[in-house]
Amino acid sequence: MSQWVCRGIKTRIKTTHYPAQAETAPGVSPGLPLGGAYAAAVASLVNLCPTKAISPGLVKDSLIVDYRRCIHCFRCVRGATTPMRWDQGWQWAADGQKCDSVAPGSEGNRLGRVFAHSVHIIVVDAGDCGACLNEVKQLNNPYYNMHRLGFFLTPTPRHADILLVVGPVTEHMRLPLLKTYEAMPTPKRVIAVGACALSGGVFGPSFVSGAGVAQTLPVDVQVPGHPPPPLAILHGLLVAVGRQTPASITSPAPILPEATTR
Amino acid sequence: MNLSDLSQQMAQRWHDQVRVRTEPHGPCGEVECPAGLLPEIARWLFAELDYSFAGLIVEEDPAQWVLRYEFHRAREDVPVQVVVRRALAERTFPSISDCVHAADWHEREAEDMFGLIFEGHPRLGDFILHDDVWQEGVEPMRHKFQTSLAPPERRPNPHWSLRRIVQTPGAFAMPIGPVFSGLAESVHFQLETVGEDVIRCIPRLFYKYRGIEKIAEGRAPQDALLLAERFCATSAFAHALAFCQAMETIGGVEPPGRAKTLRVFLAELERLRHHVAAIEGICESTALAVAASQMALLQEELLRLSGALTGHRYLFGLLTPGGLKCDLEDDACQRAIAAAQDILRRLRQLEKMLQFSSSFLDRLEEVGVVGAKDARTHGLVGPVARASGVVRDVRKALPYCGYEAFNFDVPIEHEGDGYARLRILFAEAAQSASLMQQAGAALRPGPIHTPCPSRPGAALGWVEAPRGAAFCWLRISEAGQVARYRLMPPSFANWHGLHLATENFAFQDFPIILATFDLSVAENDR
Ligand code: SF4
Repeated sequence: MSQWVCRGIKTRIKTTHYPAQAETAPGVSPGLPLGGAYAAAVASLVNLCPTKAISPGLVKDSLIVDYRRCIHCFRCVRGATTPMRWDQGWQWAADGQKCDSVAPGSEGNRLGRVFAHSVHIIVVDAGDCGACLNEVKQLNNPYYNMHRLGFFLTPTPRHADILLVVGPVTEHMRLPLLKTYEAMPTPKRVIAVGACALSGGVFGPSFVSGAGVAQTLPVDVQVPGHPPPPLAILHGLLVAVGRQTPASITSPAPILPEATTR
Repeated sequence: MNLSDLSQQMAQRWHDQVRVRTEPHGPCGEVECPAGLLPEIARWLFAELDYSFAGLIVEEDPAQWVLRYEFHRAREDVPVQVVVRRALAERTFPSISDCVHAADWHEREAEDMFGLIFEGHPRLGDFILHDDVWQEGVEPMRHKFQTSLAPPERRPNPHWSLRRIVQTPGAFAMPIGPVFSGLAESVHFQLETVGEDVIRCIPRLFYKYRGIEKIAEGRAPQDALLLAERFCATSAFAHALAFCQAMETIGGVEPPGRAKTLRVFLAELERLRHHVAAIEGICESTALAVAASQMALLQEELLRLSGALTGHRYLFGLLTPGGLKCDLEDDACQRAIAAAQDILRRLRQLEKMLQFSSSFLDRLEEVGVVGAKDARTHGLVGPVARASGVVRDVRKALPYCGYEAFNFDVPIEHEGDGYARLRILFAEAAQSASLMQQAGAALRPGPIHTPCPSRPGAALGWVEAPRGAAFCWLRISEAGQVARYRLMPPSFANWHGLHLATENFAFQDFPIILATFDLSVAENDR
């Protein structure tokens, strides 16, 4: 067994310095398209998007990208005459709609400060394709190591503070998801991870699939991406405990009133 | 066996009752037979001629049911499609699953989705549509079922509960899932035990059923491709490739050479990543923490490599019928090959170390044994089948993308235990890295896309996905939309055989056996 110990020590520390420092390694994020001014290309870009993530903005010749719907099909870059500008970052996690179940005076979408460095998470797969779940799994690998930031996976909803949901919520998973939520003690928060969990993605709404977690549970933090890279999920967790500021779910911010209700 | 041999032999046995002709779309023999002869012909192909069963395709024509049973064997043999037609009013077909066990779940699926009845099949009920959520008779794949309407009213059976098989005194059923302690896909297991050993293992799947086959209908091929790519991300490239190849067969186009070579390159990159992840899962299941995190490092490096090379960590958005959407630079490919070789070098070191970790080997050796005969009759595919001595690899048997020009082995083991499955994964990872290298060397400048018209027609597409042979059947309507998209993924075949490995082994071995079986729920549930 000592060979494994040696191997572990020899590997040295691989962990990212995020959030203290930026992560610059290539390939950590697929990025997301940026809205803003696109002059004459507006109409053609709107038509290219299969999930209607791109819509014309209120300002003339501008575009708004709804990150909840972007499924990384790259149609608006590859083969587009005017390709969309691309955000290579990952700090995308945004606040969900405020939920009614939160008592006035509490911290709304955030978990209180006592949780800031010790949060237990339960993950429910509500019909994902395997990518989001795999990216959540990467948070446990040495490159991201979420334990260093005080995040732990827990085997039971009874010990969980955060419910992390991936997938569009299929008919068959709706009840297990609700039961998991109800079994959690308060205060609790819900993070919806991935375009499917935010809008149904390519799957929903349909006869067997919902259009995201918000139809079933109050969502506190939304992490867009298809799948969101591990760093984006980490950002979402840090937002949920108030250690990072949330981003906007549309590009560009601010969120338009009609974009928030779905 | 070529087509004329096949038709001769069939004519000798069944005279003019069967009609053999070349399938109008693609190089395939179409055998049309009356329903009564189906079990006999299936038995002949499967048991006597050693053909493999790839899947059952049910299509609802305006006037009749068309059932297509796909069989294939080796490279020199023509793939065979046995076709049975019956008027829509008749819903009964003979079952072939007592001989071809691999057809068991295909028939259950057709029963659930289309309301067909397979005579001779035990009909266990509760398969894709769960009986505690849906009433009987929904039949969502029928044309009359409209997806655009709100979900149908539910009248589930409140008294429904999972059937228990083991009835000895002291027997109990252990329910596991669908929400797990940890990161696992949603699936439910009912493990029936008396004491230590698992006597029955009944997986209850389709918690993640997203109706891909149904919602693809009526979409433009480009939009259905999004579904093909996204229903199972861990083998996204493979399934998208099968879809594109079916489109290309229908459209009668051949992608340019550079596109084909890049497809091989990327498909092998995906296989390498998948196998590393699968090995990580096995290390994790035996609680060998350092090995698991070492594998996790390699997996993340491969994900980053894919991301840096193609823009997406899971290779989404690259394929299009007729070729690729974007070209990769030769330099970038060479860098990726160098990185993959380095990863392979470290993978080999770890393999050596695992070979000397006796506590690890103890948990794998002679655990979860699947014999060659069982693996064949149950139609297991991919690394799992190859670990039980069944040589099946459609890259060799039905070459596509120019795989015939590459030099690679299909590793094979005979023990059929967990350790054999692990060795196969290591050996195949090495083959994939070598194939990436060969593809990199074979890259020539040139176009990457041939326009692919969306003509009406139907065709079969296939790939050797990381988990095994994946087939899909695609039909394009007169309007240029998808009329039928049938998926026959490898996990569907292997989940059906999981009980072979888990039954009669100790309860605590269950997670390890599951990890060595390398199953995807998303791929199965569709
Ligand atoms: S990449 Fe996103 S925004 Fe662009 S077309 Fe695809 S789904 Fe729409």
